Amino acid sequence: MRYVFALILSVLATSLCAQERAWEDRALFGAADTPRMLHVLSSTDIALFAPIAESFVADTPGIAIEYYVAGTADIDRIMRKSPDRFDMAISSAMDLQFKLANDGYALALDGFDHPDWAEWRQSVFAFTSEPAAIVLNRAAFAGAQMPQTRQALIRRLRDTPEQFRGKVGTYDVRQSGLGYLFATQDARTSETFWRLMEVMGNLDAQLYCCSSDMIEDVAAGRLFVAYNVLGSYAEARKDLSDAIEIVLPADFRTVMMRTALVSSEAPDPALARSFMEHLLTQQSGGTSAALALPLLDLQKPGSEQSTIQLEPALLTYLDRLKTERFIKEWEDAIIQ
Amino acid sequence: MSDLIRSSASLRQRLTLVLIGGAGVLALVLYFGVRLYATQIAQQGQDDILRASVTAILDTAVIRDDRLEIDFPYAALSMLNTPSDDRVFYAIRQDGTLVSGYSELPQPLGTLAPAASWSVPYQGADLRLTTAARSLIAGDSDTTITVTVAQTQDALSVTLAQISRNVAFFGAGFFVLAVLLSFWATASTIGPLNRLAQSVTRRGPQDLSPVAKPVPAEMVPLVASLNTLMGRLDQSLTRSEDFIAEAAHRVRTPLATVRSHAETTLQRVDDEENRSALRAMIRAIDESSRAAGQLLDHAMTTFRADHLDRQNTNLSELVQDLISGLEPVAEMKDISFRLRTEKDVTVSADPILVQNAIRNLIDNALKYSPAESDIVVSVAQEDMAVVRICDAGPGFPKDHMAGLVDRFARGENAKGITGSGLGLTIAHDVALAHNGTLELSNAKGGGACVTFSL
Amino acid sequence: MKFLLVEDNMELADAILQRLKFDGHVIDHASKMEDAVAFSQVNEYDLILLDIMLPDGDGRDFLEKHRAARNDTPVIVLTARSQVSDRISMLDLGADDYVTKPFDHAELEARCRAVLRRRAGSAQTVTRLGDVTFDPLAGVLTVAGQAVKLRNRELRLLELFINAPGQLFSKQKLVDRLFSYDDDVSDNAVEVYVGRLRKHLEPSSLRIRTSRGLGYSLENE
Repeated sequence: MRYVFALILSVLATSLCAQERAWEDRALFGAADTPRMLHVLSSTDIALFAPIAESFVADTPGIAIEYYVAGTADIDRIMRKSPDRFDMAISSAMDLQFKLANDGYALALDGFDHPDWAEWRQSVFAFTSEPAAIVLNRAAFAGAQMPQTRQALIRRLRDTPEQFRGKVGTYDVRQSGLGYLFATQDARTSETFWRLMEVMGNLDAQLYCCSSDMIEDVAAGRLFVAYNVLGSYAEARKDLSDAIEIVLPADFRTVMMRTALVSSEAPDPALARSFMEHLLTQQSGGTSAALALPLLDLQKPGSEQSTIQLEPALLTYLDRLKTERFIKEWEDAIIQ
Repeated sequence: MSDLIRSSASLRQRLTLVLIGGAGVLALVLYFGVRLYATQIAQQGQDDILRASVTAILDTAVIRDDRLEIDFPYAALSMLNTPSDDRVFYAIRQDGTLVSGYSELPQPLGTLAPAASWSVPYQGADLRLTTAARSLIAGDSDTTITVTVAQTQDALSVTLAQISRNVAFFGAGFFVLAVLLSFWATASTIGPLNRLAQSVTRRGPQDLSPVAKPVPAEMVPLVASLNTLMGRLDQSLTRSEDFIAEAAHRVRTPLATVRSHAETTLQRVDDEENRSALRAMIRAIDESSRAAGQLLDHAMTTFRADHLDRQNTNLSELVQDLISGLEPVAEMKDISFRLRTEKDVTVSADPILVQNAIRNLIDNALKYSPAESDIVVSVAQEDMAVVRICDAGPGFPKDHMAGLVDRFARGENAKGITGSGLGLTIAHDVALAHNGTLELSNAKGGGACVTFSL
Repeated sequence: MKFLLVEDNMELADAILQRLKFDGHVIDHASKMEDAVAFSQVNEYDLILLDIMLPDGDGRDFLEKHRAARNDTPVIVLTARSQVSDRISMLDLGADDYVTKPFDHAELEARCRAVLRRRAGSAQTVTRLGDVTFDPLAGVLTVAGQAVKLRNRELRLLELFINAPGQLFSKQKLVDRLFSYDDDVSDNAVEVYVGRLRKHLEPSSLRIRTSRGLGYSLENE
């Protein structure tokens, strides 16, 4: 983390207003006493975001970035409740980000030369392309072929249910916005999703809030299969690469784009704008092997790769009735 | 003449303005008409998609276990995707109570047709809404599900701006083309009128023949009247010219007889008293004849001065011819002409009038010159073309030189010499008609000089 | 010289005839177009005096036919019309000159002389008297081989004397012939010209005799 100033949770507990303590983690890039401070609320882990933030701070004298990590649902809630608190919201929940912009919480930034499919209303900008992956415990699958498709995984789980009982996990879509997004997009794409959920439900599936926990547990052998894990997080854990196998399903891939938006009531919109520019340039330039975050895949998404589109349809599964119905079906499938 | 004619707005201008104005109005009507039509069509397109979206949502509404379920497809909202990334809102209401969606979305006023669209301002943008309702049976009772889908109109605005721009280009092009066409139309309409005017203007003053060239039907009455007028004018002019000439002729013929008699008689009479009487009689006859001639000349000068028949006139040759015609008369008094003329002094003038003027001037010089003297006639190109006639006579009376050119004025020195004095007046009128001058002076060594400049 | 006078006004015609005959010319008179055409076809004239307004036609038609027949006898038109346009049309039709009525006979004579002088090649008329030769057209008097150019009034005076040698001319008559009626001259004015003529004739056999109180006559000694 080089010259990163980091995270002292105990200090923050008192400093961050008592109103909410929704954030999970905090980092400060740059000096604490700089005159201009960019406040970013993000669902991206500090480690993954640090290179981008650090290079911006290094290039731009006199600024610092205060970086808070929160869950996607919390980000949505905070941005709606107090849009003047943060300059920028970064989230992997494309649907929530989209709805924020649609509902007028995002500031339009014109003049960016960003692909049309990767932005919406010049308010929401996508800056990564990240497929959902299946993470497997190498040891558990030793000597056997790693399943490359959902069908293969289902067969494998059905063949030896006892081996996997309590050893399969996925997002708790009731807690994780990203998990919900992945699940709904999967369901929209193929019925296989529901069969997989039922199979996993039968195997007493563990439910998680976050990708990183799932990855840790797979590596530690507490899980053998984690479904719909953020591939980028898994890739980032080089230290665990011996223990885990990351499978990008061959039948179809659900690709999420991490998005950033500037709050309509951002305290420092100019600074937010220049950071957005930095972010988009870095992430679509393809120059930074050093960057931890996956780049935005500038190839226009084709049909074989189902990148989730930034479009009004993202509102569909945020509908109360639809959510209720989906959660109910999901619960029916996975909670036995 | 033309400054006497009051001119109202030019026909050409009027026609051009009307045509251009018409084209402008048409272009504006075209612009607004097409834009209105395009707006309607574009709006219709948006409404169609909104209605399709509403229908897609409404179709999935079912009551299950007394509960409303709406499992609307992803496509219901996906179809609202536009290039301008328009914002999308929706509201699902059951019997007026919001079930899901945006609570703040305006509700339709009153009862609407099965599917109605309308616009409202919303968060600083124009929002287009479409609503449809559907009744479902829930147990024993009816329940009404109302679905409203709304969309901002950015893409529509972009489309309309594009259409407006294209229509504006088209309208402007149409206008420019129409302006060019209207110039052409005006020119081709006014053309015959101008040609008629030119052909009438180009005519010589004597040409009063009717216009024979074909003219557009609309101009026929005008040309017919013009022809009639010219016919009458020609007739009356010919008549009055003929009348004067005839009158002169009628007077002169008997005068000639009387004169011959008198002359013959004079040769037979010896008594000095009788001879004086006869001489006086002959002089009176000569004066009458000369007066008649000069009156006729003067009338002709006045008539022609209004319609100068300008031609390239070689003044040198003209004076030369006049002098050779008058030489026999000069010889009778042993008067010689001394002609100093520059070669080919040319002016644009009415040759008949100029001849008249110069002949009268030389005539005067002959009258006033003593026998065996010289008359010096010079023709030169100075600032103007100048004809100067100097005689060795008594010269002009100094006091009345200015009044000499007045009609019938006669120099005091002219007593006893036949002549009405109209000669100078005629020459003066001719000079004026050509923007020239007539100057009188007395030569140093005596004698009168008349300078006629054109 | 042989003249043809075409004139319907008898009084005027008589006056002209008298005058021209007195001057020693031979004159035919036609008072109609018809006669004029007939005369001109039969006889050869030195000069035609043509009135325009004739009872049986227009003199201009005669003129036109005359020229069309390649008859080059000079024509002087007598006209009451004085306008420039009339004169021009007359000259265009082939008239050699014109005289506007009423005219001074002296002017008619002068114009006749001018026209004839222009055609001198065709009709040389030289008068001889004694040792004197006189060409009235050119106005040249030749005395003892010596040619003298006479002034107009001298010429006219000599012409008068030479056409009637020995005839006595009163001063009045001479004044009438030499001076226009415009000139208010006394009878003595003629003495100047007689004096000049005497000087010219001095080397010759011709003498101008003064008959006191009666006038002058030309004598060949």
